[in-house]
Amino acid sequence: MADQKTVGERLAEQGVSRRAFLKFCAALATMMALPPEAGRAMAEALAQSRRPSVIWLSFQECTGCTESLTRSASPTLENMIFNMISLDYHETLQAASGYGAEKSRADAMKENYGKYLLLVDGSVALGQGGAYSTVAGRSNLDMLQEAAKGAAAVVAVGTCSSFGGIPAAQPNPTGAVPVTDIVKDKPVINVSGCPPIPVVITGVLAHYLTFGQLPALDALGRPTAFYGNSIHDRCYRRPFYDQGKFAKTFDDEGARNGWCLFELGCKGPTTHNACATTKWNGGTSFPIESGHGCLGCSEPNFWDGGSFYAPLSTPTSALSLATDAVVAGVAVGAAVSVANRMKKKHAKAGHEPATVSDLKK
Amino acid sequence: MNQDQFLTWVRGPGLNIALGVFVLGLLWRLFEIYTLGRKPDLAAPRRRPGASGLRTMFTRSIPAQTLFKRSALSYVAGYVFHIGLAVIVLLFAQHIRLIRSVVGLSWPALPAPVIDATTVVTLATMVLILVDRINKPVKRFISTFQDYAVWTVTFLPVLTGYMANRHFLLPYTVMLALHILSAELLLACMPFTKLIHAFTLWGSRWYNGDANAKKGVPV
Repeated sequence: MADQKTVGERLAEQGVSRRAFLKFCAALATMMALPPEAGRAMAEALAQSRRPSVIWLSFQECTGCTESLTRSASPTLENMIFNMISLDYHETLQAASGYGAEKSRADAMKENYGKYLLLVDGSVALGQGGAYSTVAGRSNLDMLQEAAKGAAAVVAVGTCSSFGGIPAAQPNPTGAVPVTDIVKDKPVINVSGCPPIPVVITGVLAHYLTFGQLPALDALGRPTAFYGNSIHDRCYRRPFYDQGKFAKTFDDEGARNGWCLFELGCKGPTTHNACATTKWNGGTSFPIESGHGCLGCSEPNFWDGGSFYAPLSTPTSALSLATDAVVAGVAVGAAVSVANRMKKKHAKAGHEPATVSDLKK
Repeated sequence: MNQDQFLTWVRGPGLNIALGVFVLGLLWRLFEIYTLGRKPDLAAPRRRPGASGLRTMFTRSIPAQTLFKRSALSYVAGYVFHIGLAVIVLLFAQHIRLIRSVVGLSWPALPAPVIDATTVVTLATMVLILVDRINKPVKRFISTFQDYAVWTVTFLPVLTGYMANRHFLLPYTVMLALHILSAELLLACMPFTKLIHAFTLWGSRWYNGDANAKKGVPV
């Protein structure tokens, strides 16, 4: 339940100094490419605000998004921002269960109608009337529509809720769709990634609490502050790409020298995310730093984009037509050649030499 | 269809169709040309049989002095953009990777900035050639729709490839997909337009040289 204390009061209670809080806000503002004074504004606004009610719905998902958040957040300042919101419903993190849990969701929705933030992870199953995925006997679609009605904004956390993700991969047996297919009348922010970077979620929430509006979004509804650049353009291995130095296998000399992983199928050039800049696990590294190419997990249809290990410039499927075309080409060529020869033969047979009498005519 | 699906399509089914049309068309045309049949050669050759044909294959690559003076641009720009295209298509790492995945052959690549510079020169030269074609009354008079069409389908892959690499105008994913699509268009057009000269050039030079020799013009 959202209590009446402001974020500032709660932080003071927990012994977090104003200085530490300002530093955190400045870092967030910098990360989102906001002007320097925005950090102060953010701190003021956050400290004054009441903890907003947040309802987190989990649909067809693997809980990886929640895992990602809890893992990296626990010892760091990100944890604070989660102390700053009132997480009123989250199936994995809440202590309550059964009717009690569902009641807390209903109460939070009623009390904060029109003001709460709705976070969704997982795609929405539409197949078989939504029977593929239910919570407390209710379909995902039903729950989402009800919760979205009173939400101020919806944040789709992870690729499944943003774009359908793995549940929507071909042949999409459950009829999975992203949140944007269902919620049309509320602002929806897609925080894609499998899982998404925790600071992206906290950044989006802080932006919303500070300015009362959503951050700038790209064409796919993702905050441009985090998804504005491709992994490739921010990759520390980029110079090797430009020099034409590529690892050919995962254990050759190129791989040991840390050369570009393009030829091993890295999808960095077509993937937009902040991995290369904010990194993972408290700024430790990101997948390419541990020697594996980017899978493109923050892009729509990344699961159906061909092999993870096929370079971007190579075919995604077998070129079966080409072999058929050899046979067909030779056949057509032979047929045309026979026709040509027949024509020539006929012409020759029908040829009448001109005689003197012809000339006299 | 979103941009990622578009890219996946051009890398999969699109490429499959284009390559299918290309292989089918190419075999058809070559088969047809080489089975047309020639009259038996009854005249004794003046020199070694075939020598003139072989020689013509190379001598035709060197412009005649008088022709060069009259249209130096056609020769110089023609050479520049053909060499440029060959360098871009055959020595760019990503292209080599594609060739390797299709036919299994590979060779060392040039660094990206070198390819980048070559692309700019190639694009500029191709524009120059088009301007020249439009400006010179004789060239304009003998130009058909196909001449402009093949220029366009050759120009587009180079342009979109450069724009994709440079992140111009459209997001990289869309531009890359357009680049691959334009290359597929080029592939599909090749057998059925005068672009087939890429495959018939040497054969027809040999044939002309040989025929000339038989008619008493050994060159």
